[in-house]
Amino acid sequence: MFRLEPFHKFELAAAYVSIFFMSAEPLTAQVVTRLISEIVHPKGGAPSAIGAPTIEEETRAKEAFDVPWQVVVHNDPVNLMSYVTMVFQRVFGYPRDRAERHMLEVHHKGRSILWSGMREPAELYVQQLHGYLLLATIEKIS
Amino acid sequence: MEIRRRKNQIEISELDPFLAELLRQIPACARTEGAPAAEQRIFSPPINGNETELRAEWKMYVEPELRRLFETATQTVGADLEQLNGNEKSLANRTLRIPTKHADAWLSALNQARLVIAAKNNFTELELNDHLRSPIGSRRDLSLFQVNFYGFLQEFILREMDW
Repeated sequence: MFRLEPFHKFELAAAYVSIFFMSAEPLTAQVVTRLISEIVHPKGGAPSAIGAPTIEEETRAKEAFDVPWQVVVHNDPVNLMSYVTMVFQRVFGYPRDRAERHMLEVHHKGRSILWSGMREPAELYVQQLHGYLLLATIEKIS
Repeated sequence: MEIRRRKNQIEISELDPFLAELLRQIPACARTEGAPAAEQRIFSPPINGNETELRAEWKMYVEPELRRLFETATQTVGADLEQLNGNEKSLANRTLRIPTKHADAWLSALNQARLVIAAKNNFTELELNDHLRSPIGSRRDLSLFQVNFYGFLQEFILREMDW
């Protein structure tokens, strides 16, 4: 879950691309389903031993990925202000003034929302922030 | 003690035996073993509430990587600190040279040591802001001085590396 597997994702994307270029038809869901079916059960070919593809159910509820999430950094009296600013610049690529605004918000209000979006990148940001020993959590946007 | 940037090094000279000893203690101070409060702070959960699945995955996949990351940083710092174990007279002032390429490791180890010491002593924000407290009053005062001394080094490294 927390390990990026870009190679696998790339392979998947490449499969779609090659199906698209082999086909003169627009790539609709019906076309993709038919193309996959032809690969598994080729016309005039021997019966495939592979069988029809099955779609495994995700272990997590789908809505967990659909709902936007936010990355929150919490106040910690030990971490230096300059250090926290540096971490925000590095992790999120924010310019110094924006990083300082977030740092001051953490300092004065106890927390600051640094980023919001899909769950997986949010988890990766939190992982990086923990690597810098900041108190960070992800939260569902209600 | 004097601290300055010299090309690709940060040089801490005129280190008296007391400050040299505090520096030597960085790797040991960064350890969380046997201190649940420190362990909890360094390996804090990624989410508040009852997301047990995420917490379990974090424990299984992320925490070991974080442990490795922190261990690597303290090892780098420990190796740099070997310079303080020379054959000079024990009461002589020392010089420590930190390669700038080790700056990240130092920032990490110093931060970890400060967090662990603060968690073990349960320092309040008021205490942490008391920079004038003498280190010789008690063990607690010495620990507070240590947190502030490490913080001073962190500030210097941050400023010199222009972050």
